[in-house]
Amino acid sequence: METKDPREERTMTERRDGVHKTYKLFLGGAFPRSESGRHLTVTPASKTAASAQVCRASRKDLRNAVEAAGKAFPGWAAAKAMLRGQILYRMAEMCDARRAEFVELERRFQGARKDQAERDLDHAIQVLLWHAGWADKLAQVLGSVNPVSGPWFNFSIPEPSGVVAILPPERPGLLPLLAMLAPVLVSGNTAVSLSSGRAGPSALTLAEVAATSDLPLGVWNALTGDRKELLPHFATHRGFAANFCATDDPEEVRELRTEAADHVKRERFLPASPASFWRSRKVRDLEWIRSFTEIKTAWHPIGL
Amino acid sequence: MSATRASKNVAPPSLEEEVFPPFPGRGVDQVGLEERAASLRTRSWKRETKTAALERAISMTDLTTLEGADTPERVRRLCRRALGPAPGLPLPPVAAVCVYPALVETAVATLQGSPVAVASVASGFPSGQLPLRIRLSDTRAAVEAGADEIDVVISRNAFLRGDLSRVEDEVAAFKEAAGGAQLKVILETGELGTFDRIARAAWIACRAGADFIKTSTGKVRINATPATALCMLEIARDFERETGRAVGVKVAGGIRTARDAIHYLAILHETLGPGALTNRRFRFGASSLLDDLCRQWRKQKTGRYQAPEDIPSD
Repeated sequence: METKDPREERTMTERRDGVHKTYKLFLGGAFPRSESGRHLTVTPASKTAASAQVCRASRKDLRNAVEAAGKAFPGWAAAKAMLRGQILYRMAEMCDARRAEFVELERRFQGARKDQAERDLDHAIQVLLWHAGWADKLAQVLGSVNPVSGPWFNFSIPEPSGVVAILPPERPGLLPLLAMLAPVLVSGNTAVSLSSGRAGPSALTLAEVAATSDLPLGVWNALTGDRKELLPHFATHRGFAANFCATDDPEEVRELRTEAADHVKRERFLPASPASFWRSRKVRDLEWIRSFTEIKTAWHPIGL
Repeated sequence: MSATRASKNVAPPSLEEEVFPPFPGRGVDQVGLEERAASLRTRSWKRETKTAALERAISMTDLTTLEGADTPERVRRLCRRALGPAPGLPLPPVAAVCVYPALVETAVATLQGSPVAVASVASGFPSGQLPLRIRLSDTRAAVEAGADEIDVVISRNAFLRGDLSRVEDEVAAFKEAAGGAQLKVILETGELGTFDRIARAAWIACRAGADFIKTSTGKVRINATPATALCMLEIARDFERETGRAVGVKVAGGIRTARDAIHYLAILHETLGPGALTNRRFRFGASSLLDDLCRQWRKQKTGRYQAPEDIPSD
């Protein structure tokens, strides 16, 4: 008869407890705590699950994130379209590899059923793949060769706008963030996102995906924290070239638009709810990509 | 005694000490120095103080271009920037424009009648590896072209060989060649290796007649650091106590952010006192620093973080 080794049992118990994770910000490719030292407790959807600690970003973290995104912009904008596509594709691969973790987070913090969480993740990965495919096709579809009366070629080509502020809704967790991030990054923009409340853990897990997908440092910077606190600083920061915000609160729209006028920012607003919007085909929209590009027109003499 | 002084050295004389005999009372405690310099970075500044500090830092800047590609037009553009760091903003002019000798005349002509001084590097900048005769003649040439301030380099060749009296004699000769112009002596701290040597070189330069001691040329890998600045400021403070003559300090190379500049101001204030917060006692040798100072100043005034393109840079 086999006797049970008590040490083995202890190991099993320890493994069940696991390492208690602190969710840190994603700034310039690093995972620092908030400079303020503050954190938020994200409460689980059910009483039996564990809560999580996520960093509560401050105004200065936002400033650092915009600096990092600004520094990363020239390189990412100049990267070959194929490379950007490949990196987004790799993000999709990495998301798939972390399937269990993402599904678990949706269940734990959003209270999603397992099958729903699985479907949302599949959809999110499909959205990412769809955008990855667009990377080397944007110039053909959004650009043009224009007829001019003279011996010139005249091209219009889309170029990325700059650093984009991304404000996804709190639920469902991963899907809206990915659906808003992909159209911004694919054309060569860099981004700073703020995920609030229960969306925090999945956003910072997606950051771990980005960090292992060859996404250059600083191209996407993820903050978590209190949206009410940080929204005014997002709105007034002149380092942002555009706002991409999902909200149902007209007051947020008003604030962002008023301040955007100061700096003539581009903008696109989406509804935060219902969740069925995010689960629909509407999140695969070329117009979302176009919103964060500028059209540059170049004249070139026709040779002999 | 300052916190950054080492206690009595009890070790037997090393090779280092044979070349550089002990410097009584001025050995530097490297760990203490670096800790002290770093501790002055984390202070919080209230908005009005910060705004004033940014303005002060601008007025202490030596706006510098030392490139092989410098042309008269580039220097004229830099001079216009020196007079009004950001168009439309009520900011003070910088302290000086710093150029190579060949461009001094252009800078003098552009800045005529303004409070901005013209500084020229000289003495075989940046290496100092030229015969003394030539180093003196390029110093004189820069003065004759109208430079108000001369930035010379010490011979690290002589210093590292241990020929300290030669270093001192050379600095004295540069002082004479500079005539009425202010003499800034570059120690090139990144090539000296230890804080003891930096302290010694600083002391020699002060004694030989330097008006300013300056950290770096900006042409080597290691430039100004807060600890180096603190070390040199302590020497300037001690020198003034012993001789009554005030010597300024200039930090140069690699200072790019307003936060760095404010850190240096804190070190300056803590070492030489509030009376030293003027461009007669402290300078920043920098080019892109000015952009960030203007940007952060506007942030303080408007409450809005500024985009890099909001401030036209050179």
